[in-house]
Amino acid sequence: MNKEKEPLFSAKNLKLLREPLNDSNPITVQVLGICSALAITVQLKPAIVMALSVAFVMAVANVVISLLRKSIPPRIRIIVQLVVIASLVILVDQILKAFLFEISKQLSVFVGLIITNCIIMGRLEAFALANKPWPSFLDGLGNAAGYGVILIIVAFFRELLGSGTILDYQVIPQGVYNFGYENNGLMILPPMALIVVGIIIWIQRSRNKKLIESN
Amino acid sequence: MENLINIFVKSVFIDNMIFAYFLGMCSYLAVSKTVKTSTGLGIAVIFVLGFTVPLNYLIHNYLLKEGALAWLSPRFADIDLSFLSFIIFIAVIASMVQLVEMIIEKFSPTLYNSLGIFLPLIAVNCAILGGSLFMQQRDYNSIAEATAFGLGSGVGWFLAIVGIAAIREKIRYSNVPAPLKGLGIAFIITGLMGIAFMGFMGIKL
Repeated sequence: MNKEKEPLFSAKNLKLLREPLNDSNPITVQVLGICSALAITVQLKPAIVMALSVAFVMAVANVVISLLRKSIPPRIRIIVQLVVIASLVILVDQILKAFLFEISKQLSVFVGLIITNCIIMGRLEAFALANKPWPSFLDGLGNAAGYGVILIIVAFFRELLGSGTILDYQVIPQGVYNFGYENNGLMILPPMALIVVGIIIWIQRSRNKKLIESN
Repeated sequence: MENLINIFVKSVFIDNMIFAYFLGMCSYLAVSKTVKTSTGLGIAVIFVLGFTVPLNYLIHNYLLKEGALAWLSPRFADIDLSFLSFIIFIAVIASMVQLVEMIIEKFSPTLYNSLGIFLPLIAVNCAILGGSLFMQQRDYNSIAEATAFGLGSGVGWFLAIVGIAAIREKIRYSNVPAPLKGLGIAFIITGLMGIAFMGFMGIKL
């Protein structure tokens, strides 16, 4: 082994962490993991908890699959991946139920749906099966961060415009309401999440021309 | 009987998987470019949901729920295995999808070819697992109700994907702002369709 050891945060590894935040954002570019991204963004708090849970599941699952990558028979890899993810999600679910019961109630089935969150399967298939544990770990964190950023942006605007609060604190002063300002009730309803994400995509792609689709 | 029809209609229109819960969005956005493939995928989803929800209903009620093992021996009456439900549901779904894949391959190779890679992806379609988890949460009274819910959700998903595929086929010839092309406009159309579907909300059945 005379191969020089790669530094932990080499340029290549840092790129894994940074890329998903913009150029290959899991939600707006790779179109992965939309289901949960939209359903739990009515308020900021559940969105943050969701982002953290996904980050944990993703980073750990990526490392586990990457360690096992040479011993998983390709034919049954999907089942193996599902088992790894499902066990991690059970862990997260039980922890949330024990310590953050209110939020776990709000997230309802969407914690369980992390299992089928395509973002995790997608990254396992595309990255962890072919790379070493450390880059896989970074890839997992990076993609989870890209996912979390979109989640938090959407939740921020929906909570601000929909109920006038941020993290349950009233931020729009009462005086404004006295002048006739009203919370936008539509923001709380599910369809607005889609439209907000549509607008984020619009803004991102008009700043970053190479992402524009030809059709 | 009336009750079953209620559950069916409710899960097709009011609690629509896509517009009310955003389940199965990934394949919904990825496959909805032409009406033909989306019809195929929609039918496959109806099929898989119609099988997995009742199957998981049985598993939930006779194996996992608190006290569900009482039929085996009274000693097991206070065992609660529901924390295992995620992993068991997903295993059932993955094997059902494999089965459906084999059946379609045998009886309709053309459909099989046009679905291609998307069939195995149904296993990780959130709508399928979501169906089972909602079934668990809503505690349906009988297997007939669970089946009605599964089929209804499937039909709702089918309607949504065929609808958006038709719109996307048309919109290809319109002048959409360049950054919104493709994904962006699909999101906004889905949002508008969701607002239209909200017209069904509040209908008492």
